[in-house]
Order: sequence, then structure tokens, then C-alpha cells
Amino acid sequence: MSDVQSSPAESLMAEPEPIINDFQIMIATVNGSGSQTANTALLRAIFRMGIPISGKNIFPSNIQGLPTWFTIRVSKDGYIARMEDVHIMVAMNRDTFEEDVQKVTSGGICLYRSEWKVREDREDITYYALPVKDLIDELDVPGNLKSYVENMIYVGALATIIEIDLDDIGFALDFHFGGRAKPINMNMAAVRAGYEWAQDNLAKRDPFKVARMDKTDGMLLLDGNSAGALGAVFGGVSFIAWYPITPSTGMIDAVRAYLADMRTDPNTGDATYAIVQAEDELAAIGMVIGAGWAGARAMTSTSGPGMSLMSEFAGLAYFAEIPSVIWNVQRMGPSTGLPTRTSQGDVLAAYFLGHGDTKHPVLFPNDLSEAFEFGWKAFDLAEQLQTLVFVLSDLDLGMNLWMSKPFAYPDVPMDRGKLVTAEDIEREGKFWRYEDKDGDGIAARTLPGTDHPLAAYFVRGTGHDERAIYSERSEDWLANMARLNRKFDTGRGLVPQPVVDQVAGAAIGIIAYGTSDGCVIEGRDRLQAEHRLATSYLRLRALPLNDVTRKFIANHDRIYVVENNSDGQMAMILRMEYPELAGRIVSLAFADGMPLSPRWMVNALLEQE
Amino acid sequence: MGARTNELGLTRNDYKGRPSTLCAGCGHNSISNQIIAVAYEMGLNQHDVIKLSGIGCSSKSPAYFLGRSHGFNALHGRMPSIATGATTANRDLIAVGVSGDGDTGSIGLGQFKHMIRRNVPIVYIVENNGVYALTKGQFSATADIGQKLKYAGINEMPPIDICMEALIDNASFVARSFAGDPTQVRELLKAAISHKGTAVLDIISPCVTFNNHETSSKSYPYGKSHQESLQDITYIPMYDPIIIDVMEPGQVQAVEMHDGSHVVLKKLDPTKHDPTNRLAAMQLLEEARAKEQFITGLIYVDETQKTLPELSHMVKTPLAHLPNETLRPPREALAKVMDRLVCCD
Ligand SMILES: Cc1ncc(C[n+]2csc(CCOP(=O)(O)OP(=O)(O)O)c2C)c(N)n1
Ligand code: SF4
Ligand SMILES: [Mg+2]
Repeated sequence: MSDVQSSPAESLMAEPEPIINDFQIMIATVNGSGSQTANTALLRAIFRMGIPISGKNIFPSNIQGLPTWFTIRVSKDGYIARMEDVHIMVAMNRDTFEEDVQKVTSGGICLYRSEWKVREDREDITYYALPVKDLIDELDVPGNLKSYVENMIYVGALATIIEIDLDDIGFALDFHFGGRAKPINMNMAAVRAGYEWAQDNLAKRDPFKVARMDKTDGMLLLDGNSAGALGAVFGGVSFIAWYPITPSTGMIDAVRAYLADMRTDPNTGDATYAIVQAEDELAAIGMVIGAGWAGARAMTSTSGPGMSLMSEFAGLAYFAEIPSVIWNVQRMGPSTGLPTRTSQGDVLAAYFLGHGDTKHPVLFPNDLSEAFEFGWKAFDLAEQLQTLVFVLSDLDLGMNLWMSKPFAYPDVPMDRGKLVTAEDIEREGKFWRYEDKDGDGIAARTLPGTDHPLAAYFVRGTGHDERAIYSERSEDWLANMARLNRKFDTGRGLVPQPVVDQVAGAAIGIIAYGTSDGCVIEGRDRLQAEHRLATSYLRLRALPLNDVTRKFIANHDRIYVVENNSDGQMAMILRMEYPELAGRIVSLAFADGMPLSPRWMVNALLEQE
Repeated sequence: MGARTNELGLTRNDYKGRPSTLCAGCGHNSISNQIIAVAYEMGLNQHDVIKLSGIGCSSKSPAYFLGRSHGFNALHGRMPSIATGATTANRDLIAVGVSGDGDTGSIGLGQFKHMIRRNVPIVYIVENNGVYALTKGQFSATADIGQKLKYAGINEMPPIDICMEALIDNASFVARSFAGDPTQVRELLKAAISHKGTAVLDIISPCVTFNNHETSSKSYPYGKSHQESLQDITYIPMYDPIIIDVMEPGQVQAVEMHDGSHVVLKKLDPTKHDPTNRLAAMQLLEEARAKEQFITGLIYVDETQKTLPELSHMVKTPLAHLPNETLRPPREALAKVMDRLVCCD
């Protein structure tokens, strides 16, 4: 039926070589059924056994009743990219059972509910039928919680099958429920029921198991939205306006909790910040720009559809030079696109968002640490450059759980940019808002409320001269645009620089950014190991580009730009910035709603070679 | 010599902005003059004031008053969001916003209503001329049924009433006036500046250039005899601003507009209308609409309603003034979060 069944069934007859800490589990459930607790408990338990893991939730745009899948990749080598192979399928959704069985890689496992009485018609995989209903009925679980706690039965059974330590599952539940005994005990009872039933009734016929390692010591598990939110808090954010949209909403939930914890005045109980849920994204960015103008560190968080609504204000922020930060946790397509699937599809739109002749610094975090780091750095950049700064995360980073080292406290003090006070004006005897005194294109600003008769200026989208006075003179327009370009060039040196791994003798260079990093790291290893193909790698961390990237391109015969969108957007930007090198740039772009996989990358690259 | 000064030692001239580039006789200019007068009389510190606007002829006017105040000429219909951000970031600022009927009644209606719902602290003036003037004479959503415009023809759609919209959204201050009644405009401006939440001030502000239709039998004789020239949109005849006599409470007065049409004003009689009664305010507007009158005066006020900064439970110090030590939590705070998250102890 499916090509994954290709290997001969006979090979299974031989005693299988154990496969330790190197496989993928997929759990198929129905959304709204509460499987998330079970799945993260599994993930965290394996993580606690010291084994590198990564988890992905593949869910529908729906609240209850549609199929959802959760994958846990267990990788002794620490690979975190998406894997196509499914070695262990936990099939808990009858509606997708037939489809789910076909996903299992030959030699894999399918664990399913025995009460379905389905035919086990693949001979190249191992089936384990689990009497979930009987087991849960035997337990003392209130009726309304049954379908929720039920999920723990497969956790327990899996623990037997792949040898996860029950203590580690206990720890994971303890963490999940914040130490509350009642839910911990109830869930743990179900885990034990599944575990013991499997101990007594299942004969292990598969090779997969976990074994303790020490590769996760001192590491944490978190989602990218929370990491970015925490970064914003340590960047001194004091004003947030937003409008709900998946997958960015979690960032606001997180920032709200962190701020309440860390930015409440201990004496009065008052907040040293404000969060406004706006009527739409257009208003959200307007509020952020109003607050940025008035001197607060202000941000919003959104996704593609919301960002497109912010377009007019983005142009104004660029032209009127107002510090502001937009986090875009990218997803697929328009509102009715694939709102719960990931992509890197907003790169071009973010870079040029506005009325035309506008461009913005854009930061691309690849992991939790960078989400945290760019969370605070974005504010420094926005105030240094007095402009709108984007941070482009995506659903994969934002909503999934990742491993990370603890985040590093900001290594530089907050940089509030060039600010002019009443005393400065008194000394100078004048204040011209758009005067480029330092030649870096950045003019100093005053904040509203500055007590000096010469401090005020009028922000406008219309043409203006150095004194911020209305002007329709061509010379003034040209001078202002030239200064804005100078400022943008200054930004090239201020944004996070690319990370370069230049391999001696490699003719091929790869350029990627953001979450495509995981795919490239593993893809390069495979190219080297399986095809003896050496590649260099440059990971972009921000736009605008600078000479580091130009040199990297110039140093290689061919440059493959790996990205998770359909149009090859970064490849376009690179060709546009470096027309003389455009001929070397090959786009490897793919977007089907899933994060990029190394297998895809290797095949796509070899096809070109 | 010795020009008169206010309590801050400033002259009225010190409250002016740059020279107006609006048409002579434009109602918007009269309103700017009253803002200057009121700020001078009240002795406002200009650095405490921010001037905000959307887009339109009306929205240009903040450049022409309070030259020592920071100003923000925002996007079309989006001034409320700028106001929300700015006044939350710095709760000490006094926001004075100028919008138009197009800016507020059409593209900006959503933001207008949500600003009111949040009771953002701002004096929100709508300079209402029933027309999109800056784009040269299209109907706005406040145009009366039967109103004629040179290019747009006759309006057959019912108007939106800015004051009624505001009342429906629970506005805490609603007033209406006429640009040609400087005394009342000043009175209401003072009340609005003293109000702590959103103060909506709908001011009928004649556009001498685009509300001047040649088909009107009552149009200016000047306009009639220059019909040829008036076809040329760049030719703007000079008019004097319309100023009306001081009205007594309860008085009804028909005011002739530049195009010869009439606006009928009825000044509210404070002894007959209780401005703290929302239902009565709505009824008043509805009755006036039936009689094709514009009620002027303070229509509704509620001083008890909480403002957005109050509802945000923020510190008294403006967020924009908080020191970096307050903004960035200490090293230990991050260590605490990390400790909670780290897997294996
Ligand atoms: C997004 C956007 N759409 C359209 C315009 C063009 N525009 C400028 S002013 C205006 C109408 C202004 O009307 P109103 O607010 O009544 O002001 P008035 O000029 O009558 O004082 C329009 C449609 C614009 N500036 N921005
Ligand atoms: S066109 Fe009308 S609204 Fe605009 S400045 Fe002239 S008179 Fe005023
Ligand atoms: Mg108008």
C-alpha cells in the first residue's frame, strides 16, 4: 500500500538489534481531549533521563474534536529538526487510525486501543493492543475526567515498552501540576495501570528503548513564546498592545505572568507596565507607536494577518522615526490559510512593510536563547535607531517545547538611544529634531513633556525638514531620505551579526535563518557523512545584511538558501542586495505547513548538484 | 507696551503655532484660535500638552496652535490609538486631539468608539464640516440628507451623529458647538480640558470651499457671479469666518452658511437639561434631529467613570519616566525563573 512498507517482512523475524535513544514517537489523538498533559509528561520524563528530545504539536484550527498529532523526537546526537519517520505510533484516534498506521516506518510499533477490534494488517510493524477502556474503568476516576486521565494509560504502557523510568514520569507530572498532590496522584495511578498491564501482558517484539544519558543536565524546557516574552521583560518593556491571534497569543499570556511577577511595585502593588488588548492589530500598533513616541519601551505580538494590518503604521514609524517593536510569530497564509501551521513566509513583507520606500531591521531567533536575547535587544535597537524593529519567530519555535541552556542575563546596560533633555537644549540653545549631528543618520529626540520652550516638535508623515517643519521641497525630501538610508546603514553594524562556519575547501555554502537552523545542522552532517559533501554555513540572525554575508557568498561557488516559505524570500533579498553575486544563489524553499526536514534538504540540495 | 501675560508670564502669542495654511474663513481656524485663547487663559504649561490628529484639513490644524507642545499628526482615522499609547506611557500628559468628520465618522469610527469605551484621557475635537475637504469635496458620513456638493451630487444617506455615537459607547463627556460661537467653544473647551476622561467635542466647522454648491438658490452672490471660476477646484474665494451673536440659553438661531444654506442651532438651557442623565441626553439629540436642529452645549458628562490609566492599575510615575533599574529586573530575578525551569537538580 504505502512505500514505507517496502522492507521485507522476514527481516523482522530475526532478533532485532536494539535501537536506543534514536527514534520518533507520534501520538495521534483528538484535540480538546487533554492529551497535551500526557504528551508533555512523556517528553519531560525522557528529557529528565538526560536524553535530548524535541516535541512538536501538530494541531488543527479548532477547539475540540479534530485530529491532532504530537511528535517526540528522541535523539542521542541532539538533533532537533523535524523527522519524517515515525517509529512508534500511539494511535488513540479511531477516525485517523488507518491513516496513522500507514505513517509507521517499517519495523516500527503501533500501540492502539484494543476495544476498536481493528485488523492488524501490516506485517512489517509490531502491533500492541491496549485495553484503555477496561483499565480506566477499574480506576477511581470521576466520570467527567475519564477521557482526560485515560491518556495516561498509554504513557504507562509506553514506559514499559521503551523502558522509561516511572520516577521520571512522576517528576514530570509533579512539574506539570506544580506539586498539587490530587491531580498528580490521579494521573499517576493511570500511568501505573498502563505500566503494570503492559508488564504483565505485553511481550516486547520491537527494538526501541531509551537509556539514561547525561546530555540534558542543567538544561530547561520551554516554548519560544515564553522565552521571547521573558526577553522582553528583561528588555524593560513597559507597554504592550495586542490583538489575539494564534500562534502569538501565548507570548502575551507569558509576558503578562512574568510582568505581574517581576514588575509590580512592592510598596503599592501597582504595575510598572500596562497591557492593552486592542480592538484590532491596526490599533495595537498605533498604541505601541504612541507609547514609543512618549518614551516607553513598547511592543506588540502578532502573526502574518495581523502584521499586514499594521502596514500603514509601519511606514509611519519608519518615516517619523518612532522606536517600536513587533514580534511576528509566523504561520501559514491569510486568516483562513493554515493558521496552526508554521512557516517563514513573512520575511519580505516584514522587511519592507509600509507604503513603499520603507525598510526595517528584522531579527531571526533560531532557538530559545536567541528568542530571549532578541527579546531584550530589539528594544535597544529600536531606541538606538529610533525605528520599528521586527522579531520574526514562527509557530514551530513559538508554540513547541525546546531544550535550552539557562538564558544569559543581558551583558550590556539598556541603551535608550539619543535623547535630548531640557538641560541639553539650554546649553545648545537649539533643538532640531531631524538634524544628523553625528553623521550616522540618527538624530536625537526629545520626549513629550520635556520642559523647555524649544523642546517640542511635530511628528508627521508629511515631508519635513531638519526642524520637523512641514516641507514639500524636493531637496528636503531627498535629504531626509538620504539620512534615513544612512541610518539604515548604521543599523547594518548594530544588528546581531551572522554566525559563520566556514569550512576550508567547501565549494558549497548554505544560508539559513531562524528555525531552519535545526534542519541545516543535521542536513550538513548527513551530506558529509553519507555523501562526502562538505558545506560551509552562514546563519543569518538579522536584516539588514552587511559585508560578512557578502564575503561568505563570494567565497563559495554555490550558495543554497534554505527557508520555510514557498517563494524563496531570503534568496530574493540576497540577490537584490548583491546583484553581482546573484548567479550563485540557489533557492531551496519549501513550505507545506511543517518545519523543514533534513531529509528534504539533503535531497533538494543533491538534486541541484 | 507691555503685552498682557497670563499666570506663567506668557503672552497669548506664545500659545500660537505656525501660520495656518488653511483657507481663509475656514471654521477650523476659528477653533484653533479658541484653543490658543483657552490655553492662554487657563495658563496651561505647553510642555504638558500633546497635540494629536488624524488626517484631513482639520487634522492639519494642531500645527497652528500651541507651538511649544509636542504634536503627532498620525494616520487617517488612527489618532485614538496614538492617544491611547501616549497617555498610557505618560499619564501626566494632557492630550488635545483634533479630527474631522471623515477621520472620525468613517475610517476612524472603530478607533473612536474604542477610545471612548476605554475612557482614554483626551480632549477629542471633531471639526465637523460634513465633507471630506482635503480630498476635495466628497460626502462624509455626517452629511445631511439632501446636502449638495459640486462633484458628489446629492447625499441621500442618513447622517451619523457623532454625539449620539459617543453616548452609545458610554462616553464620559459629550458636547456640541459651532465654530462661529467662540464664547461657547471656549467654555466647552475649558470644561473638556478639566474633564479627566475622553471629552468628545463635536464642533460644526463650515468648509468655505467645498460646502459651497452652485446649485443653491441661496448661495453667496459672489459665488453665483463667479460660477465659471468655481468650477476650477484650485480657485478658492476669500470669505470671512462666520461669527454668530451670543446666544441665550434655550435660544434657537438659524445661521447662514457660506453657501447660503442654514444651520439651525439650539443652545441648551442648563436649567432644563440635566447633563448627567444619559437617557435624557439621547432623547435630546433624537428630538433635535427630528426638528433638524443642532443642539449645542454640554450634552452629557460623567466625572465618576474611571479612565484607562486608572483601570490599568499603574504606578503614579509615568511609565516613560521609570528608571532603567525599575524597567529591567535584576540578575537574581532571571536566576529565579531559570531555577524553576531547569530540569535536573
Ligand atoms: C488611509 C488613507 N486613506 C485616504 C486618505 C486620503 N484622505 C486624506 S484627508 C481625507 C478626508 C478627510 O476628511 P475629514 O476628516 O472630514 O477632514 P476635513 O478635511 O474635512 O477637515 C482622506 C480621505 C488618507 N490620507 N489615508
Ligand atoms: S478646504 Fe474647507 S476645510 Fe479645508 S481648509 Fe479650506 S475651508 Fe477649511
Ligand atoms: Mg470634514
